[in-house]
Amino acid sequence: MRHRNAGFKLGRNTSHRRALLRNLVTSIIVEDRVETTVAKAKAVRPHVEKMITLGKKGDLHSRRQALSFLMTDTAVTRLFETVAPRYGDRQGGYLRIVRTGFQKGDGAEKAFIELLGAEKQLDEKRQKRAEVKAKKREELEKQLEEAKKEQGGEEAA
Amino acid sequence: MPNPKRRHSTRRTALRRSHDFLTATGLSECPVCHEKKLPHRACPKCGEYKGRQVLEVKEAAK
Repeated sequence: MRHRNAGFKLGRNTSHRRALLRNLVTSIIVEDRVETTVAKAKAVRPHVEKMITLGKKGDLHSRRQALSFLMTDTAVTRLFETVAPRYGDRQGGYLRIVRTGFQKGDGAEKAFIELLGAEKQLDEKRQKRAEVKAKKREELEKQLEEAKKEQGGEEAA
Repeated sequence: MPNPKRRHSTRRTALRRSHDFLTATGLSECPVCHEKKLPHRACPKCGEYKGRQVLEVKEAAK
């Protein structure tokens, strides 16, 4: 019987697990989306929701509680100023987990976990990243061509 | 060391193995690119899930 066995151990001892979860929660609040394994995504979900509940309360005590759990101060300010106000009329269920594929190496199933209502920011982020990538690629191609030309010139001389 | 007393007939072996088979993976179709994909997962080909582009996909793969 798996009575009283709720939760995820994630193959870690208590302190390691606590550190991992705190790191993940902080990252999710700062970045809106994090890619991990399904088990870790499921394990962090309640912790993030608790943090958002604190953010919705918004008083000094809850801010101190959030500070004691989250790893950085910037995460706390982001939680209280931008993340929590998104969910004024929602009672829980602030996160979405979408399975994306399998990890090379150990075959673990990967997923991303993202905050609801962050789609716009995420799409913008992705677009920016794509632009940067395209620029980099262009530069690389230019360099390659120049290198080719130089080589060709040397051979001719 | 204990050893088998009698040889197994091929029938007995075959009967035992009658339950040893693989089942095909249940696949669903991506509503956007109509590629086969695992259900309840983002499409690895076009990166869509539930009407939203959720993954970054290499252009060559598209």
